[in-house]
Amino acid sequence: MPTEEITDLDIDRTRGDFRYDVKHEFDAGTGLTHDTIDYIVNVKGEPDWIRDWRHKALDIFLSKPMPTHWASKDLENIVFKDIRYYLSGGQKASRSWEDVPEDMKRTFERLGIPEQERKFLAGVEAQFDSEAVYSNIKKAVGEQGVIFMGSTDGLKEHPEIFRKWFGKVIPTGDNKFSALNSAVFSGGSFIYVPPGVKVKHPLQAYFRINAENFGQFERTLIIADEGSEVMYMEGCTAPKFETATLHSAVVELVAMKGAKIQYVTVQNWSANVFNLVTKRAIAHEEAEVKWIDCNIGSRLTMKYPGVVLKGRKARGEVISIALANDGQHQDTGAKMIHAADETTSNIVSKSISIGKGRSTYRGLVHVPKHLKGCKNNTECDALLINSTARTDTYPAITVRGTGNACQHEASVSQISAEQIFYMQQRGLTEAQAMSLSVNGFVNDLVRQFPMEYSVELKRLIDLEMEGSVG
Amino acid sequence: MAFFNNMSSLKIQDLHVRIGEKEIIRGLTLEIPKGEVHAVMGPNGSGKSTLSKAIGGHPDYTVTSGDVLLDGESILGLQPDERARKGLFLAFQYPMEIPGVSNANFLRAALNARQPEGEEIEATDFYEHMYDEMDKLEMRREFTARAVNEGFSGGEKKRNEILQMAMLKPKYAVLDETDSGLDIDALRIVSAGVNAQRGPETGFLVITHYQRLLDYIVPDVVHVMVDGRIVRTGPKELAYELEAKGYDFIRDELAEPVSA
Repeated sequence: MPTEEITDLDIDRTRGDFRYDVKHEFDAGTGLTHDTIDYIVNVKGEPDWIRDWRHKALDIFLSKPMPTHWASKDLENIVFKDIRYYLSGGQKASRSWEDVPEDMKRTFERLGIPEQERKFLAGVEAQFDSEAVYSNIKKAVGEQGVIFMGSTDGLKEHPEIFRKWFGKVIPTGDNKFSALNSAVFSGGSFIYVPPGVKVKHPLQAYFRINAENFGQFERTLIIADEGSEVMYMEGCTAPKFETATLHSAVVELVAMKGAKIQYVTVQNWSANVFNLVTKRAIAHEEAEVKWIDCNIGSRLTMKYPGVVLKGRKARGEVISIALANDGQHQDTGAKMIHAADETTSNIVSKSISIGKGRSTYRGLVHVPKHLKGCKNNTECDALLINSTARTDTYPAITVRGTGNACQHEASVSQISAEQIFYMQQRGLTEAQAMSLSVNGFVNDLVRQFPMEYSVELKRLIDLEMEGSVG
Repeated sequence: MAFFNNMSSLKIQDLHVRIGEKEIIRGLTLEIPKGEVHAVMGPNGSGKSTLSKAIGGHPDYTVTSGDVLLDGESILGLQPDERARKGLFLAFQYPMEIPGVSNANFLRAALNARQPEGEEIEATDFYEHMYDEMDKLEMRREFTARAVNEGFSGGEKKRNEILQMAMLKPKYAVLDETDSGLDIDALRIVSAGVNAQRGPETGFLVITHYQRLLDYIVPDVVHVMVDGRIVRTGPKELAYELEAKGYDFIRDELAEPVSA
């Protein structure tokens, strides 16, 4: 039954919180066994090497313990046997919104995706539960040789590129959830940018969870060949369900010599989603990778985008904004692995904790002794709003050798009652004052976002602050 | 004049204010009609700053009895921002810093908060208005992009308060120790800014420890506040008397029985 009783006002507050009932033709059922894997492979019609890959990954997943010895005990509340691992309509992603099934199309229209596509995007992929239902790239961009499609299609249509890099940046056994993703992955984007091609406008993917008791496991692989440039943006939402939902993606980026990749995430999962994502890039000589990562929603997010600086003069950057409201835990950070001379990395993390919300920063910076001329700068700032909020910082910085430099700054601040009174005295409501203060706190980072996304981010912060006072 | 006072004034009636368990304002009565400038002078610890915070509605200050009427309407049940939008302005003794929020954005947000639901002021009108007021206060244009009060000198902060006042056009403005931390040039500029806003539509309550400010902002009425009450009210000359004799002479007088 479509939940049409939701008023427009409600939609405005949490734009992703609505749901049309969609019957999926293919449903792997609840629980995860080797039979589940065979079901997924058969439905997707995948080659044998993927089937083997998935079965091996499942064994690794089952053999690895939950990382509760260092991460949140809340992970124990994920009930793997109650989750549905694959749901799709079985259709191939359409190139035209006209061909997308009606309820799915309405969903994405309500989220504003086709409109954004017309306005400022070079290509869009829209994933609904397990599979992309829409995938299209502007003609001019496609003619430059840029490939942009769902990873399900990518591995079938371009195995020569796909197979070369798939699982090379993040091996299956990297962690329990990368193994889970490797076993049941479906959807996500596959992008290849040929040498020297600079994609002017961003490519965007939108990940939508619609089904309850469901796990979304998209797999994204982006390869920017020598001297090319690309910006990729992803957004995500899910309706509020009574039960927990799992989102566990793996994202691998490869920036060849002199290439530039910017990867922008605005995560706005509903507060029942476990968001456990592994993201890593390899930057070759003089390449540049920048993760702009923004986590507003979810129940628990664990995500530490990383860059392996493999070539001389490679640059890596992570810009991270996390907002933890009541009942949420944002466990985020960055990893910078320096593996060549004169590599530089920059991490700027800002977290906001409200009420009983909790933010954790984990940073790993590794510079081995034999390297020369490497630099890292790490800044992490936490803002606490009301006294029960909690923030923790766990920086792990190993910089060896004499020719390398590292700088680390951290701060914790609060929005004082005096500051709020001052702003209220100028006529702003308490919520407006909070919101403006929080926007001020992240302002220098938001300025680095593409304009459309900074507007969206500001709006999301406003909504969060509105609900958190009075 | 008496007929209109109720409706066109900021009226404080037998006000009692506590911070925690301590009573600071103890039955204070005062009325500032529109168009007049009243000064409240008093020694340290007499409750002057408490008065301004209580009028503004600061949550740490509890009004135990009495009333504050803005144009005849009690504002004590209102939130600080509601009081502000009704036309009350406080120039703070210690203006707060708001990191990351530019002066221009802050002022615009404050002005937009006064617009009807869903409406916003035009950006071009806003900048024109702001630059105009900034010129009067001899403020440089770069100032608009700087974060509110962050890293400002004492003088810059006070000028910023007066700029905000000029932009928001309050009906009643309470200036809390606006002269503190100002050198003589800044004092002259800030006072000129206040004087430019004097007029029949605005009432001012100027709180100060020193008579010096009143050479620049000449009051219509001077009140002397001691121990949370107004103990003396008179013409501007009262300020000179205080300056010459010090607050002790009032205290000495109070030691003798005073008629209520």
